[in-house]
Amino acid sequence: MKIHIDEDRCVGGGQCVLAAPEVFDQRDDDGIVVLLQEQPADDLDHQVREAALLCPALAITLEETAP
Amino acid sequence: MLHTGDAPAYPMPRDAARCPFDPPAELAEIRDTDGIRRVQIWDGSRPWLVTRHADIRAVLSHPAISADIDNEGYPHQSAAIRARRSRAKTFFTADGVEEHDEPRRVLAREFTAKRMQSLREVIQGVTDRAIDEMLAGEKPADLVEKLALPVPTVMICDLLGAPDVDHARVQDLTKVFVAASSTPADTTAAAEELLDLIGGLLDEKAQAPGDDLLSRLATEQLVPGLRTREELSRMGLLLLTAGHETSANMIALGTAALLTNPDQLALIRDAEDPAVAAGAVEELLRYLTIVHSGLRRVAIEDLEVAGTTIRRGEGVILALGPGNRDAAAFADGEHAGPDSLDITRPARHHLAFGFGVHQCLGQQLARVELQVVFSTLFRRIPTLALAQPLTDVPFKTDMSIYGAHELLVTW
Ligand code: HEM
Ligand code: SF4
Repeated sequence: MKIHIDEDRCVGGGQCVLAAPEVFDQRDDDGIVVLLQEQPADDLDHQVREAALLCPALAITLEETAP
Repeated sequence: MLHTGDAPAYPMPRDAARCPFDPPAELAEIRDTDGIRRVQIWDGSRPWLVTRHADIRAVLSHPAISADIDNEGYPHQSAAIRARRSRAKTFFTADGVEEHDEPRRVLAREFTAKRMQSLREVIQGVTDRAIDEMLAGEKPADLVEKLALPVPTVMICDLLGAPDVDHARVQDLTKVFVAASSTPADTTAAAEELLDLIGGLLDEKAQAPGDDLLSRLATEQLVPGLRTREELSRMGLLLLTAGHETSANMIALGTAALLTNPDQLALIRDAEDPAVAAGAVEELLRYLTIVHSGLRRVAIEDLEVAGTTIRRGEGVILALGPGNRDAAAFADGEHAGPDSLDITRPARHHLAFGFGVHQCLGQQLARVELQVVFSTLFRRIPTLALAQPLTDVPFKTDMSIYGAHELLVTW
């Protein structure tokens, strides 16, 4: 799975960081999302999907990649 | 129910005979039938009420929906709230990059998930001191005054860099903001006083900055002329008021809910794993949904919701309470039904903080405050009990944010 983020949409509430702290962080100067890994290991799938579902600004999209 | 044509009056009163934590039954009825209905509000206008979890999410993130109070048709909560919001308009009630996203980003870095988690020990200290004082005082004690209000008030004032402001005065003025009985003149006067206070602090900090939020606004925004003193004062006012009243109501109501669900309380009290308290807080936010008078929006283009066309210029109210009890989102067959409190339920997708670009900016602060308070209170006072029957607790049915005016406890 490949993650895309749209920084322009992000409102910096940190839902993604709570859901998947190994994959998402927030910038110190404006709270905007930082992607720590674009293609995280499969065992983080569940967390990443939850982050995308919880993101209030619909700033996280997931692209399924071939297994 | 008071019917005005086909549009019931909103907000509906909570049913005194039912559980005080349950939203009015009429709301569940709308959710489980049409999902959407026109309601009549205080000024005679008839906005749409949206009640289902999926529809609320869709509306709050829809480009045809505006949060700008200056748009024709915006369904205000009352004349007093309209007056206050117009006097102190901020990004909270505006749309777009310049009017919402950019000013919000100026504050967002102050409330990031990691930054708030790093405050855990500070919040623990504030909580422990409040509990020490309550224990040293008389029984029964009012938990609202002794614990629920002090913890978030101290925290938001410290973050702003205003530890010495008169906390009681700030709490009183904020109470005026959320009381349904306030007049427009009352709320505007309260707003003026708080704006003056924050403006004064900004001036002081421009001269002698410290390591706090208002100092950063003063040195990085005010002094270089990026934003005016008025705009920055309004942003400070929003944080000060949104930052204590809400968390305080969650602490008081959450304590009442746990004391009436002792099996759930025991799970939190006895847990070693901090994930238990974290999950419990999400479930309490869902179950209690203190923002109970509906989020307010207006359509700026036509849109389709639950098979109904909402026309441009029509008001829309998002009823978070029934949305957070929607079986389509919260019944999974493994946990208790959505009308019950089950702290083991995965509830993070609740709408208690809203959804869309206006979703609560202070949510990570609120989470840590609530996690610390609920994982500390019942351990420190295992015998804590309500000092009055639940039905005698003066619940805030008269306020735009639900809670308890007073919660007498003993131990
Ligand atoms: C349990 C406690 C809290 C609850 C239930 C809560 C609930 C909410 C809700 C439902 C909204 C969205 C309103 C809308 O879309 O119209 C919101 C927005 C907001 N909240 Fe909270 N809140 C809480 C605590 C806090 C705290 C502690 C702060 C400040 C430090 C805060 C600051 C804000 C701000 C600034 C906004 C406006 C965000 C925007 O418009 O972009 N809240 N809150
Ligand atoms: S959840 Fe979405 S809006 Fe919030 S910080 Fe993450 S990407 Fe940004």
